[in-house]
Amino acid sequence: MSKGILRKQIGIEKQIDEFLDLISESGLIFKAGIGAYLNGKTDDFLRKIEQITDAEHRGDSLRRTLEERLYIQTLIPESRGDVLELLENLDSLLDQFKGAIWQFEIERPEIGPEFHEDFKEVVKYAVESVESIILSSRAFFKNIAAVADHMHKVSYWETESDKVSSNLQRAIFRRKDLSMSHRLQLRDFARQVDNIADVAEDVADRLAIYVIKRSL
Amino acid sequence: MFAFFLSSGLFLGWSLGANDASNVFGTAVGSRMVKFRTAAIVCSVFVILGAVISGSGASHTLGKLGSVNAIAGAFMVAFAAAMSVYLMTLARYPVSTSQAIVGAIIGWNLFTGSRIDTNSLTKIVLTWVACPILSAVFAMIIYKLVALYIKFMKIHMFKLDSMTRYGLFFAGALGSYSLGANNIANVMGVFVPVSPFSSISFYGLFTLTSAQQLFLIGSLAIAVGVFTYSKRVMLTVGTGIFQLSPVAAFVCVVAHSIVLLLFASQGLERFLISHNIPPIPLVPVSSSQAIVGAVIGIGLLKGGRGIQWKTVAGITSGWIVTPIIAALISFISLFFLQNVFQQKTYRPVGYLITIDAAQRIRDGGVSEEKFKGLQGREFPTAVKFSNALSEYTELTREERDLIVLSAQMDEMEITRSGITGLDTNWITPEQIAALELLEGRVFDHQWQLDEALAEVSPYWRFREDDDKYNRDLRQKLSYIYRFFRYG
Repeated sequence: MSKGILRKQIGIEKQIDEFLDLISESGLIFKAGIGAYLNGKTDDFLRKIEQITDAEHRGDSLRRTLEERLYIQTLIPESRGDVLELLENLDSLLDQFKGAIWQFEIERPEIGPEFHEDFKEVVKYAVESVESIILSSRAFFKNIAAVADHMHKVSYWETESDKVSSNLQRAIFRRKDLSMSHRLQLRDFARQVDNIADVAEDVADRLAIYVIKRSL
Repeated sequence: MFAFFLSSGLFLGWSLGANDASNVFGTAVGSRMVKFRTAAIVCSVFVILGAVISGSGASHTLGKLGSVNAIAGAFMVAFAAAMSVYLMTLARYPVSTSQAIVGAIIGWNLFTGSRIDTNSLTKIVLTWVACPILSAVFAMIIYKLVALYIKFMKIHMFKLDSMTRYGLFFAGALGSYSLGANNIANVMGVFVPVSPFSSISFYGLFTLTSAQQLFLIGSLAIAVGVFTYSKRVMLTVGTGIFQLSPVAAFVCVVAHSIVLLLFASQGLERFLISHNIPPIPLVPVSSSQAIVGAVIGIGLLKGGRGIQWKTVAGITSGWIVTPIIAALISFISLFFLQNVFQQKTYRPVGYLITIDAAQRIRDGGVSEEKFKGLQGREFPTAVKFSNALSEYTELTREERDLIVLSAQMDEMEITRSGITGLDTNWITPEQIAALELLEGRVFDHQWQLDEALAEVSPYWRFREDDDKYNRDLRQKLSYIYRFFRYG
């Protein structure tokens, strides 16, 4: 019996790792995808969209299996609720990546080369903040004392992303030669990418509370 | 009639199961790591195994109720203990079953006017204080160590979860085994000598002795108690005092077991002595009080704010009330049994300062003046004798104890049939040989037999500085009295 329980647990540990890997990978794909879009490599861009959509599907189904197992096998009774919430919040990051990149595909905004650097930077910081929350979450499962080492970086990247995104929006609205609708459209894209870092920070705030609860 | 008397033993078994299962599985079920059904199954199986396999080792002692010298009295005492434990279970408080039994025996002592073992009373009071404190301290230390270990080893949340679950199962199973082994004698012991069962052999593979069959029935009663009624007390232990995390739940069970092992195990004491290590002093401990202490210890370690002090107060007052209620119920129901149902609830023990007794008292350093006037007068009970002593003269406590013990009548004759009835696994061949030398001799007092045996054989002599050996010898002596007593 004990062996059975242990084996099941190893399975669930692997699945959680896999889930976290998926989110981390999606961040990289997102970054590459937006880069391809800005550089006008449409084929690459479309391939990345496919990849991210696929990752999002796998993430959803993994999350559902995990949730089911947690409840059916009544694992970690005292942190079960927290872990479920964490998984759902992390999954919403995947949704954010997918939503943002699809928006690019649907609207195909015209982004002038002078904004490229800033856009790339916002994307980079958003992805970094997600990467940090993934590291924090891994630590939450494996080594709770190390969570703090990663968590503070989430806020750092979020602030950086905020700054760049504000500058970008300012620059967009200073461009009198663009139509208002065009400016509003570009601003929405800057905001949507920046929003990913905000969501990551929200996840980190919740995670900080789970950590306190667990160490009580 | 046997079945009727047995019923109160079964009731005691049932209430023991309903109350004491919480000591081993309360924290596991309370922290939701083990489902109640699973806990009940594991607990029942191991209680039965413990009772039948290891409990039979104690079959030569009658358990605590052994001092009650008539079966109808034992029936009522067991009933009183069971009733008080049941009432506490209704109130969801974990209490000590053996303290309920001691309380009920005191009720019997009061009713029959026999000597009250004041030693066991002080022991109970000491347990209320010492046991929870010891256990709380152990729980705190172990928790700190475990927390360090988890931090250092970087154990994955799910691995920790399964390890804790496994540990809770293991500790619970072990605890249940010893629960069965240690308590079955209290539940069924008195009925062993009057059991109508005979040994059953299973195809020559193993044999169930008549005592084991009784223990099996008793442990089944415990198991039924676990299944039907133990959940409420489990939840008090597991969540009512302090909401335990799974790791803390495990730490509590371990701390409770360690306290029981270190401070109550005669096996450990024997081991330490035989290896020339100074033994840990034996402190009276109770499983229920140990687990409650451990939970409070963890609560205090976490700052103490989460502890439900109201529940703690309820539990501790339950501890104090249990022996008192048991004594009351025992006293009142013995009165009814004796006077309404005309049952013999005790065998009278008289007190008479015989010529030999007078000699012994003088040898003990008490001047003859202090008891001369009472010589030759027989008193029906210890209380009456004691009162007469007080009226006659002033005595120190030691002097009084010496006179009362010397004058206690217990007429015995060493017979062949008595000797052959002894358990040869326990009473050694040398000790039996000494008894054979005394065959045909008649004694008025227990101490006379003790002295006669010590005279003919070194194997019946007490040793200086060997408490363990002396305790064992004392048990053997009270065991053999029963075989040579008149009537």
